[in-house]
Amino acid sequence: MGIRFVLMVNKQGQTRLAQYYEYLNLEERRALEGEIVRKCLARNEHQCSFVEHRNYKVVYRRYASLFFLVGVDNEENELAILEFIHLLVETMDRHFGNVCELDIMFHLEKAHFMLEEMVMNGCIVETSKSSILSPIQLMEKAS
Amino acid sequence: MALSGMRGLSVFISDVRNCQNKELERLRVDKELGNIRTRFKNEKGLTPYEKKKYVWKMLYIYMLGYDVDFGHMEAVSLISAPKYPEKQVGYIVTSSLLNENHDFLRLAINTVRNDIIGRNETFQCLALTLVGNIGGREFAESLAPDVQKLLISSSCRPLVRKKAALCLLRLYRKNPDVVNVDGWSDRMAQLLDERDMGVLTSSMSLFVALVSNNHEAYWSCLPKCVKVLERLARNQDVPQEYTYYGIPSPWLQVKTMRALQYFPTVEDPNTRRSLFEVLQRVLMGTDVVKNVNKNNASHAVLFEALALVMHLDAEKEMMSQCVALLGKFIAVREPNIRYLGLENMTRMLMVADVQDIIKRHQAQIITSLKDPDISIRRRALDLLYGMCDVSNAKDIVEELLQYLSTADFAMREELSLKAAILAEKFAPDLSWYVDVILQLIDKAGDFVSDDIWFRVVQFVTNNEDLQPYAAMKAREYLDKPAIHETMVKVSAYILGEYSHLLARRPGCSPKEIFSIIHEKLPTVSTSTIPILLSTYAKILMHTQPPDQDLQSQIWTIFSKYESCIDAEIQQRAVEYHALSMKGAALMDILAEMPKFPERQSSLIKKAEDSEADTAEQSAIKLRAQQQSSNALVVTDQRPANGTPPVSQLGLVKVPIMSNEKIIHGQDQSTGEQVVAHTNGALTIMDPQPPSTPSPDLLGDLLGPLAIEGNTGIAPQSDPNMGSGFEGGTNADALAIAPVEEQTNTVQPIGNIAERFQALCLKDSGVLYEDPYIQIGIKAEWRVHHGQLVLFLGNKNIAPLNSVQALILPPSHLKMELSLVPETIPPRAQVQCPLEVINLQPSRDVAVLDFSYKFGTHMVNVKLRLPAVLNKFFQPITVTAEEFFPQWRSLSGPPLKLQEVVRGVRPMLLAEMVALFNSLRLMVCPGLDPNANNLVASTTFYSESTRAMLCLIRIETDPADRTQLRMTVASGDPTLTYELKEFIKEQLVYIPVPSRSAAPMPPQVRPTSPPNAVLDPGALLAGLL
Repeated sequence: MGIRFVLMVNKQGQTRLAQYYEYLNLEERRALEGEIVRKCLARNEHQCSFVEHRNYKVVYRRYASLFFLVGVDNEENELAILEFIHLLVETMDRHFGNVCELDIMFHLEKAHFMLEEMVMNGCIVETSKSSILSPIQLMEKAS
Repeated sequence: MALSGMRGLSVFISDVRNCQNKELERLRVDKELGNIRTRFKNEKGLTPYEKKKYVWKMLYIYMLGYDVDFGHMEAVSLISAPKYPEKQVGYIVTSSLLNENHDFLRLAINTVRNDIIGRNETFQCLALTLVGNIGGREFAESLAPDVQKLLISSSCRPLVRKKAALCLLRLYRKNPDVVNVDGWSDRMAQLLDERDMGVLTSSMSLFVALVSNNHEAYWSCLPKCVKVLERLARNQDVPQEYTYYGIPSPWLQVKTMRALQYFPTVEDPNTRRSLFEVLQRVLMGTDVVKNVNKNNASHAVLFEALALVMHLDAEKEMMSQCVALLGKFIAVREPNIRYLGLENMTRMLMVADVQDIIKRHQAQIITSLKDPDISIRRRALDLLYGMCDVSNAKDIVEELLQYLSTADFAMREELSLKAAILAEKFAPDLSWYVDVILQLIDKAGDFVSDDIWFRVVQFVTNNEDLQPYAAMKAREYLDKPAIHETMVKVSAYILGEYSHLLARRPGCSPKEIFSIIHEKLPTVSTSTIPILLSTYAKILMHTQPPDQDLQSQIWTIFSKYESCIDAEIQQRAVEYHALSMKGAALMDILAEMPKFPERQSSLIKKAEDSEADTAEQSAIKLRAQQQSSNALVVTDQRPANGTPPVSQLGLVKVPIMSNEKIIHGQDQSTGEQVVAHTNGALTIMDPQPPSTPSPDLLGDLLGPLAIEGNTGIAPQSDPNMGSGFEGGTNADALAIAPVEEQTNTVQPIGNIAERFQALCLKDSGVLYEDPYIQIGIKAEWRVHHGQLVLFLGNKNIAPLNSVQALILPPSHLKMELSLVPETIPPRAQVQCPLEVINLQPSRDVAVLDFSYKFGTHMVNVKLRLPAVLNKFFQPITVTAEEFFPQWRSLSGPPLKLQEVVRGVRPMLLAEMVALFNSLRLMVCPGLDPNANNLVASTTFYSESTRAMLCLIRIETDPADRTQLRMTVASGDPTLTYELKEFIKEQLVYIPVPSRSAAPMPPQVRPTSPPNAVLDPGALLAGLL
């Protein structure tokens, strides 16, 4: 299985979105999120986007104050995941228009829906932005 | 900014955000949780909208890291809401809050199924996503057919089918039987023809999972994958929406190339040509561009293509092209590319021919070892470790040593272990090896595990030429002002043994050596003091003529420690004191340590064990191990000389340790030291301190000091030992080691060896039976996995107590036994599942150490488990067209081995055919023109070899049925050897006559090589 988790965490270490594709209990999640963010915060932009942590490889990207972190196993293509993060951000951009931390925070449910359209069971399901967004548009129309 | 549709939720989120500190946040969250709880209690008043709002709040709180232990029912119940918005929330929150084992999830199965088979496709999507993310085994059993139907249905829209594909993947992982291989491979092939890129992307993930488990069934899909790649590479029929920065779905390209890496080769020349065209184009046509995203995406594809080329082991030219590319990558400024260049170069080392080209980049790689980025440093370290050989070991190890002083703490342990291993493996001369290890201890003592210094002591002991040099070096280090405790240990040990070789040098008289070592004593911990005491005793012995002054100094120390609270120190002090008063007798007893038996380096073994995960061990994995160790998980780190370490829970009970246990028991119960007199000579037994990290080596190093020429494991073979202890063995001690005394009064029913042999050929039957218990076994084998169930049946009207089952797996099997209850009720049968994973080919046999108590009878038996080599075979018929090219391509040793076997038990050819077929070696009639010969084939599965075709040819002599010539071939040298030996064992096997459970002769497996005796599994099997 490729993707183990997707996290969005801000510079202060507050989790803004967390989706796990393997079960971890609350303790483990808290510890994991804390450790990873500490590790990533200590890094600068001249360093690579991959951090080995426990038995995960974390592929991360920073957009302004927000870190996007994807935990994968050894069987994943790191650069493909790195660009998948960007695809996720672009998709959110298309929906929110210049997405920022607050959008994700206050529209937690939409962020979740988008991610759910893109990743399932740790695998990529869809990479076309319009296909990803169409269920959300449908929902907005309905309400 | 636009607030979310749910005002209450937005207010809450912004309240939490405005909290000044964690304490205030907690208060706010607690208040909200209280509020939600109250609202849920009066459920009648809640509108669907309110429910939705509260459930989102719960999810938000959970995400912040607070426990939400209620409201799960409400979340699940939303799934059955009639309207889409509520239903959707129900699904999403359920899959975030619950895991697959949650009881509430079962309640939802029916609703979920109705949504899946219903006509509303948005509901279908929601339900498929939930099952795909958290569906468990029960879902697999009840939903798989429906999900399959959706996936292949032509009337179903892509948005549903893509989810069905990944949902099916989940169900397949929960229960592989849900995808019936026979019919399924054709459908899979059809799915790969899919035009919709979403469906194709998720189907490809499903395909990767299927093919990684069993590529044989999916050969027909291979050309389809190549077609997909061609379509993407040529950008044919790829909608704009699926092009990412001008690159046709890089993710699908990567996935497809990954799938192809699960096929051993591409045989069809046309497909191969098309594939290489695509790969060539990727290798040549990927340029560095300004746009980061485009650059990353194209390099993602490039790296995957590199991996595929390496896997296919293409023509030399293409391979050197790959190495050249990687060489370029490891020197670029872009850190991601540098990282991946190093990582892929390490992978490339597996391909034998390129090592020399990689070596040309050594200087560049060493530069990366000093990179400011730890991720890159780690990769560089791995690569240097992998590329090291005799020619460059000195350079590389010296670089590592130099780096050690500045390395991050997180890396030091790994670094020192790797340096130690390389120094050992590739030392141009042994004195260099000693230098390296001592430097290592000097520079990073805290990170040098005990194994490392044990190993250097072994080397010095076994190589006489090295002893004066090592002693001199050890003496030099002692002059340093502050040295690490490990350095004190190793130098004290070496000087104790060999300082007399230095006697004429300045500063090396016994007295001087003693005083410089003794200076360190106040600084060391209790675990080091025993070593120092041994050293003193040895120095005293070597001082000829005796030095009265030195003697009285050392005796003073011994008598001081005779009342030490630490039993180990106390015992040594008393013994050495008594011994050294005996004068001449001391010489024999304290003679130099004998040579250690040659054995695989425990360091290398350790590195192999940890290779899978070089970074920190996962806490989660560790936790899982600890939990299941209730059910006796034994790691395979057992040492070679027969004293397995006590597992975390102390469940390992091995008979040969019982003597030590007796001593130990007495030691603790009486608080007195044991000095046993045998025939007037003193015999010292050093019980191992319970906390010793690695008993095997300590057992040798700190264990019994050369007892009249006996080596470490001598005591239990000494018949005088027992009587020597009798006086001291009291009831307490008996209670500690009762197994040996009281077992074997119960006779087994039937012949254990025959039962085992029968189970090697079939999958269910009785493994063991005696008047009280029957142990049955039932097994299912699937590629390199085995699922066994042990049936423990109590035959009596009284319960069986203290039931213990312990699996002692050989190093090539990973075995996990579920919890075995301590008591088996009267007339009851309990089932204990046992999971087996085959890591590599080996004939070693796993042993079940089983014990129980019935009334006053303590029964302990050691049973070989039929998880033998042939269980991992899958018979396969090959045609002449398939057979001969393979047979020819595997030319000569070590892949093809031939042997004339004598002493074969005579059997007719037909019987032999039957035997082979029952071993899952499929006899292929008609391939060999000579009717006296037979040819058989099978596929062997293990984690290291994956699926591997094995071919066997037997040439018999009709005139003499007791001999034959056997040729065995496969793509893996170990497999070939093990298979050959395995077949030989089967052919010359002679059933052992029926015996009681009392010790059987160790040669149960007559042809096993002598080194098998060192394997504890084999050792125990021999005890049967």
